[in-house]
Amino acid sequence: MTGFVGVQLGQASVDAGALAEGRQRLGRWRRLPAKAKGGAILLGLFTLAAIIGPFVTPYDPSYQNPNPALSLHPPDAAHLLGTTNSGQDVLSQLLVGIRLTMELALVVGVVATVLSVIVGVAAATLGGLWDEFLSLVSNVFLVIPALPLLVVLLGYLPEHGQTPMILVLSALGWPWGAKVIRAQTLAIRNRDFVSAARETGEGTWRIVAFEIIPNEVSLIAANFVNTVLYAIATSVALAFIGLADLSSWSLGTMLYWAESQQALTLGAWWWFIPPGLAVALIGTALVLVNTGIDELVNPRLKDAASASRIAGHRLRPTDPTPVLAGFAPRRAPVAAFLHSFSRSSLVEAGPNGGARVRADGRYPNGGQ
Amino acid sequence: MTDATGSAVREPVLTISDFSVAYRTPGGDVRAVDKVNLTLHAGEVIGLAGESGAGKSTLGYGACRLLRAPAIITGGSVKYQGRRLSQPVDITQLTPDQLQQLRWREIAMVFQSAMNALNPVLNVQDQIVDVIRVHLGLSRKAAAEKAAGLLDLVSIPRSRLRSYPHELSGGMRQRIMIAMALATDPEIVIMDEPTTALDVVVQRDILAQIVELKETLGFSIIFITHDISLLLELADRIAVMYAGKLIEVGTAAEMQHEPAHPYTKGLLNSFPSLHGPRRELAGIPGSPPDLNNPPPGCAFLPRCGYGTEACTRIDMSLAPVSTSADPSHLTACPFVQPGTPLPARGRGLGIVGADGAADPADAVELAGQPPARTAGIPGDAPLAHALAPDAATALAAADGTGPGQEEPER
Amino acid sequence: MAFLARRLSFYIVALWAALTVNFFVPRLMPGNAVEAIMSKFPGLTPATEKALQAMLGVDHPGSLWHQYVTYLSDVAHFNFGTDVSEYPAKVSTIIGQTIPWTLTLVGTATVIAFLIGTALGIMAGWRHGGTLDRVLPGLMFLQALPYFFLALILVDLLALHLHVFPTGSGYGQTDVPGWNTAFIGSAIYHSILPAFTIVITSVAGWMLQMRNVMITTIGEDYVLAAQAKGLKNRRVVFTYAARNALLPQLQGFGLALGFVVSGAIVMEIVFSYPGIGLLLVNAVTSSDFPMMQAIFLVITVTVLLANLIVDLIIIFVDPRVRTREATG
Repeated sequence: MTGFVGVQLGQASVDAGALAEGRQRLGRWRRLPAKAKGGAILLGLFTLAAIIGPFVTPYDPSYQNPNPALSLHPPDAAHLLGTTNSGQDVLSQLLVGIRLTMELALVVGVVATVLSVIVGVAAATLGGLWDEFLSLVSNVFLVIPALPLLVVLLGYLPEHGQTPMILVLSALGWPWGAKVIRAQTLAIRNRDFVSAARETGEGTWRIVAFEIIPNEVSLIAANFVNTVLYAIATSVALAFIGLADLSSWSLGTMLYWAESQQALTLGAWWWFIPPGLAVALIGTALVLVNTGIDELVNPRLKDAASASRIAGHRLRPTDPTPVLAGFAPRRAPVAAFLHSFSRSSLVEAGPNGGARVRADGRYPNGGQ
Repeated sequence: MTDATGSAVREPVLTISDFSVAYRTPGGDVRAVDKVNLTLHAGEVIGLAGESGAGKSTLGYGACRLLRAPAIITGGSVKYQGRRLSQPVDITQLTPDQLQQLRWREIAMVFQSAMNALNPVLNVQDQIVDVIRVHLGLSRKAAAEKAAGLLDLVSIPRSRLRSYPHELSGGMRQRIMIAMALATDPEIVIMDEPTTALDVVVQRDILAQIVELKETLGFSIIFITHDISLLLELADRIAVMYAGKLIEVGTAAEMQHEPAHPYTKGLLNSFPSLHGPRRELAGIPGSPPDLNNPPPGCAFLPRCGYGTEACTRIDMSLAPVSTSADPSHLTACPFVQPGTPLPARGRGLGIVGADGAADPADAVELAGQPPARTAGIPGDAPLAHALAPDAATALAAADGTGPGQEEPER
Repeated sequence: MAFLARRLSFYIVALWAALTVNFFVPRLMPGNAVEAIMSKFPGLTPATEKALQAMLGVDHPGSLWHQYVTYLSDVAHFNFGTDVSEYPAKVSTIIGQTIPWTLTLVGTATVIAFLIGTALGIMAGWRHGGTLDRVLPGLMFLQALPYFFLALILVDLLALHLHVFPTGSGYGQTDVPGWNTAFIGSAIYHSILPAFTIVITSVAGWMLQMRNVMITTIGEDYVLAAQAKGLKNRRVVFTYAARNALLPQLQGFGLALGFVVSGAIVMEIVFSYPGIGLLLVNAVTSSDFPMMQAIFLVITVTVLLANLIVDLIIIFVDPRVRTREATG
């Protein structure tokens, strides 16, 4: 999937001209599908909440308000998201929780992704027995069901904290990425530019570092996003079971307490819906971003997405090539305006005919 | 009925008129095929030659409307006049159902890579029976028997009917593709680089087989390839494409001995011949133009050894070669004839600056240099424009051709 | 049978790895596990304490290797020891009672979700850019919801407020377990909501995956060839495109089974469904280590078996694998 490089080249040929650079950046953002942009924005919002959240909590999340009237109180002006059964402010917990959960997921994401890159690239580059061994290890990790294994790993501990959670999540988070990266590295290894580098005598590891890995950046990015997603989902599930540090306020522990204190049966929806919703929204944002990366990298998905609509008609693959004689293409106005500054739009033919491409993108009369 | 050269003229089966195909991209339309006129006659082999991206496959697939989005047909018609039909039909006007009936039954295809074109999960028999049953409506048994007969036709043992594509060798797969194409006795077979993926020995066999089958069954072939040497032996007529346009059409003999267009000459000079003295392979420097923003006039100008400023004003339409006795030998170049000698080497007019935009200032500066300095500047960016008129004139004057000098009259 | 043999040996290796993890983890943990258990369950006899010590390797009498071998042979005989929290019941008995519940519920729901998701995925891949595609962000959202969260909401809405479905447990309080229609009917009634939750949360995943695979498959030459052959659309979609897209989809199914199980476990908590997930969680809360170990093994074996079944299906569907089979 060197579509990443391919996309750059493709864009270069379309955006030639003096303003190519600026238009390229504008074009690449605009070319992302709406869902990816939405996902990125959503993710940005949550990241913001994670960063400033704990500083703007209206109350101390652990403070248990002794006032019985404030126990399991529905949302009002004083407590925007209501209170828990011991009078704690749900909103404050949520803000702290978002940061804790995202922090944990981020750390796990980084560690696991680094591990998967190392293992994946190593397996593909070293080959032979090493490859067999590493692949076997990855496959074993993948086939054994994750949550029960995690439960077994964490269940014996007398007390549960962040560190063990991070450790075990990372330990189980790398195999999938390692497989994917190994497959991609194997494919790239056989490409011409790698052989060329080898011919010029570049050391294997230099080739890996400077030729191969840069071409896998988008794959690694997609993998990272996936790992973060997995970390969030699994850490929340583990916390829900009760295997996390129950005195800290992560989104998962909030849900644990809500469930164990029967928030559901008591009708205290404000206690368990906000954390669950937060998890779902962060997850959705990540999936959307990943779809964007997917469509950027896999040209067929991208082509299919943009190409299946022509002249307002949606086309199925089995539809025959449409006949749209006389149908002028519509260049986006901004693009056409910018294009009019480029030199290629200034090329005009002499008086005896020949093709003319005008700045507004329309074909000349009878010149189709 | 005979034509000027005295040979029998066969009736036309496919008439492509003014046919244009474009790919609609966010940046505008890429004109992959531009106003092509081509006629295929019964029992004839037409070779479609050109480099990658010239539009040959687009033309071949587009004529059957097999191109997927974002391709659109922007103009022209494709009239099919097969002997089985009572009257001609315009493929561009057919409904999807009618197209479905026409495809394969009348116009079949042989794809380049049989490994990719055969369904991996169906065995050979199923894939051939598929097409027999949908078009000929035979019973399962009769269809299976017919499939077996087809395998005989291409010299493949019947035991292979139950094999899956991955169990066969490349040559066998290609022959099965051919057998499958002939399953419904089509009028036309479009072959898209059918032998490119095979080694030379197998190539020879397959080509011989194709010729034999054509003689026996009487279908016509559109043979698409970038290898013009193949066509010189195989085809009756050859059409050369460049940047989406036909630039020369003629019989194989004419193309081989009297190529008219500079591009064709370049193509023929690009491969060594087994006979004759050793000579330097010339090749054609540079690369095809950006079809998104086609340059004015002749698309081949930047790479053409004969080009002059006048070339920016022609419209690349085909016209008969003036020095040829055959009025059907057409060329898009009004200035160059089969016998025209090549001017001093490396006189290409294509000049590119960074970013692929031609800067008239550069040209003027270079025009002051002696010709050797401008020798063989390759067009290495996708956009290689012609020069602004005054710069081109200056350069032409420095080289000894141009207005006021001896120029072959069109 | 080379392919099958390879897969089998792989599963055996995986099983061995799981067993070894089970064996070593308690021995690596800080603290005295047996003491922790004894303090929680004062009713245990000294004999049990000795058994626990042997099982968990605390103050171990024999060498590590000896213990390992004993452990492996115990497992082979389905001897998981005596349960701690439900003393004196044997672990294997308890598991034997609960696992059918989970298998039926999760198994059926997952298969249904896979079938629906794959069918939708075929349509979404074929009509790319169509209505189904517009539903995608919504589906992605559903997929991102934690299994149990959706369960909570559904229970809240449908059970607590609307009283359409029961709020939990596998069957009614007054029903007597047994093969009678009343019981089975009640069991089915109680499993509808949990099954529904599983289907809703996992359908999106299957659909997305199949859609992407379909889109890639449609770009293959043989689908274009099928169109060129003038075949009916249905044949092109199903026999040429979908049948080939199904192969990576099936392989993905095998890999995803682990996640399916994980989600189901947690969901059982919400519904108090008497399955093996609830058993596991209770074991964790009460530090019932023998039970924890046993459940982990049982779940692993089940997943491995399911993977094996998927492998058999793949052999049936993909001729290329079959050839590798025959030629070794």
